[in-house]
Amino acid sequence: MSGYLRIRNLSVALRDSGARLLRSVSLEVAAGEVRGLVGESGAGKSMIGKAVLGILPRSVEVVEGEIWLGDVDLLRLPPAERRKRVGANAALIPQDPLTALNPSRRIGGQVTDRLVDILGWKRAKAEARALELLAEVHIPDPARVMRSYPHELSGGMRQRILIASAFAAEPRLIIADEPTTALDVTVQKQILRLIAAMQARHGTTLLFVTHDLGVVSKVCQSLSVLYAGLMVEDTTVADFFRAPAHPYSAALLAATPKYTDPWASLMPVSEAVIDAVRAEVDAAETEWRDAR
Amino acid sequence: MLLLRTILARLATTAVTLFGVAVIVFVVIRVVPGNPIAMMLPPNATAADIDRLRALYGFDKSIPQQFLIWGWGVLHGDFGTSISLRQPVLGLVLGRLPATLELSVMALVMAVLLGGVAALTGTRKRGTRVEAGIDVANGVAMSVPDFLWGLLLIILFGVLVPVFQISGRVTPDLKLPFTTQFYLVESVLRLRFDLTADLLSHMFMPALALALPLAAIIGQLLKQSLKETMHLDYVTLTRTKGYGENHVILREALPNAILPTLTLIGVQFTFLIGGTVIVERLFSYEGLGNMAIDAVINRDLPLIQGIVIVFALLFTAVNLVVDMTYAALNPRLRHA
Amino acid sequence: MPRSIPGCVMLDGRAAIRRRLGLRLWLSGGWLALVLLAALLAPWISPQDPLAQDLMSGRLPPFWVPQTEPGFWLGTDSLGRDVLSRIIWGARVALIVAFVAGTLTATIGSALGLIAGYFRGWADRLISRLVDIWMAFPPVLFAILLIAVLGPGLMSIIIAIVVIDWTRFARVIRAEAMNQGAMDYVASAQVAGMPRGRIMLAEILPNVLPTIVALLSLEMGISVIVEAILSFVNLSISTDQPTWGGMIAEGRISVHQAWWVLVFPLIALFLTVLSFSQFGEGLKDRFDPVLR
Repeated sequence: MSGYLRIRNLSVALRDSGARLLRSVSLEVAAGEVRGLVGESGAGKSMIGKAVLGILPRSVEVVEGEIWLGDVDLLRLPPAERRKRVGANAALIPQDPLTALNPSRRIGGQVTDRLVDILGWKRAKAEARALELLAEVHIPDPARVMRSYPHELSGGMRQRILIASAFAAEPRLIIADEPTTALDVTVQKQILRLIAAMQARHGTTLLFVTHDLGVVSKVCQSLSVLYAGLMVEDTTVADFFRAPAHPYSAALLAATPKYTDPWASLMPVSEAVIDAVRAEVDAAETEWRDAR
Repeated sequence: MLLLRTILARLATTAVTLFGVAVIVFVVIRVVPGNPIAMMLPPNATAADIDRLRALYGFDKSIPQQFLIWGWGVLHGDFGTSISLRQPVLGLVLGRLPATLELSVMALVMAVLLGGVAALTGTRKRGTRVEAGIDVANGVAMSVPDFLWGLLLIILFGVLVPVFQISGRVTPDLKLPFTTQFYLVESVLRLRFDLTADLLSHMFMPALALALPLAAIIGQLLKQSLKETMHLDYVTLTRTKGYGENHVILREALPNAILPTLTLIGVQFTFLIGGTVIVERLFSYEGLGNMAIDAVINRDLPLIQGIVIVFALLFTAVNLVVDMTYAALNPRLRHA
Repeated sequence: MPRSIPGCVMLDGRAAIRRRLGLRLWLSGGWLALVLLAALLAPWISPQDPLAQDLMSGRLPPFWVPQTEPGFWLGTDSLGRDVLSRIIWGARVALIVAFVAGTLTATIGSALGLIAGYFRGWADRLISRLVDIWMAFPPVLFAILLIAVLGPGLMSIIIAIVVIDWTRFARVIRAEAMNQGAMDYVASAQVAGMPRGRIMLAEILPNVLPTIVALLSLEMGISVIVEAILSFVNLSISTDQPTWGGMIAEGRISVHQAWWVLVFPLIALFLTVLSFSQFGEGLKDRFDPVLR
């Protein structure tokens, strides 16, 4: 049984220079699995989510690969069909709740719009569903919140609304793009717990993009490590934290503060490790060039 | 509460501005050489006749005295009597104002439509030759003023391909059933679409001449803010929901991108109304501006004063309306 | 087969913009140089006497129409005066008005704007109030009124332009001076004990100069238009001196009999006004450090 989301040999490159941002990445997320996608900033972890959802910036294009969502390759669909397919089966929990809601539209419309416009639900049914979900993410007085504008709500509230909105259509796949990075530390934990609980209840496949290994250890079952657009490790969380296979992963793990012993001295990723992984990236690049 | 205070403050500044306009125009036109009184009388009129007429129009008093008398009258709705047309100024001005208002509003509608289409198309096709073409067209339309556009349109649609009327407001020998001066509005209300067509045919070129520079400004600014809005997170989030480019531009980006353009339209609309003066002249359109030029040429002091004050009122009213619309459209201000 | 995400090809922004700007500057500058040359050399290059009337050869069509008389390249008006010669002589009035009125307007308006924006206080209140009052006048009507008061003539036109248009500079330069005045380099000059007047001229003026130059070029084009408008309503210079506006006014009346009397001066006016504004924009972009 193969995974719900399967990415094969995905390469994404800048349009004008042709420089690759993702280097033949392959990735599989089984149905109902929570997979972490880890790497430094600029490693390309967000780019994978964007490629799946079809929201790559205009300066960037997919140059090769397949993105299978269920039994279709998204990259082979015509644009309109692809949008509908993604809208009906996948959803995004964005990074910054302060900018991810339209300031001039009421919350209600922003939670129900996909249900009504894309999935063709009746408005009343969509609203009932939205109310139900807002209650599920512990929003007090959901009916009032539905009539509010984003600026009337706190950041934590808005992130809850975005989570509710992502789960509203019961998508098979949700991509969470650093969903707690922009929040206060106190709120981060609650939101993280909420996402995990919602995922468990709805059985959603979840791709969790983050730079925080601590977060991964709490919510994920498996993880993939990216460096400079190259997938360097793809393993289960249990194996990773016991014995990371790749030296870069090991260095990354050593550079992460431990919850058991926060005062332990942190090891910066050593230059030798960086050089090694760079060489790997260069080798992959040469191989790819030669193949073309 | 805050809104009310803002409006009251605005009304106070408006009053000061109107007073300033009145003082300046009053002083400037009293330096006008040429004696309007003498022109009204036959050459054999006696000095006594002239004095009597001067007294009738109040020109025998000092300028501050004249101003007080005039100001008192204005506050009571009496703008004096036109020297050249020998009718009350208020009636004359109110008779012509609807023509100018219809022309200005028509031009504004055209500018918003043209500029809006340019901005939306440019955003839809951003980064392509289409956008580059729209940018060039905007640049040209913006740099050339309404007067020149009017002349070019006369050559284009009046002479080369004569499809529109190039002079007047309505074909002179038509029988008009109208009771107000809002011909266009009334022709529609009375379902006399033959007259509507005739009025539109006369109005098309002057309105387009007035609209083009404003359309370019709207097109450029709106496109710029649309393109900035298109990068924002909530627009991206909407894309992931399955919406296409058109929906994203129109329903997500446009309502938020439109606010800066709206403020701009306020100032620019007063410039447009100011432009009617020469454009009405160019197309012999019987509006307030055309009458104003005649009034200056005829040294018709009371009429000039009346028209200038009405224009100033119009300008300040437009600014007030725009500010209030802005407040009403912006949820953040509405709930403040 | 790799498929790229549908979308549009990005042009390489800056290079393309720079190329377009360069072309714009050259084209507009070229036309303005041509007009300047025509104005300077009018007595030597105009093929006919611009004032010579000959009712026998009235309304001759331009040179490409058969059975027209040679020597009148762009035809003649209803009084038999040569259109080309009148356009060449008309360039003199247009450019004198453009340079003198433009420069005076720029100087006076910018000075008031600088004072209001840098010194603030009562000077700012007074100047801003004046600007408000000015903005409530229809400018064309104001100009016509002034000419009626001052009497026709070149001097009157120049005065009228300065009086109606100083606000354009005052408004923009006031805002810029306010921005500059809030910057650190001004504060440090103040701390160093530099007199306020010196700061305004030595520190702030050089920084708002690019804006003034761009506006000045724009204003020159506007001055040419205002002169044409005043000629058009028959309030400009004496009728026997050829001006573009005067020619256009005559051409407007006889447009159905002799279109060339309107079209050729109109083209001259159109290109000149367009060039002035594009030249100004081009200069401003040249000064713009982001594009440079």
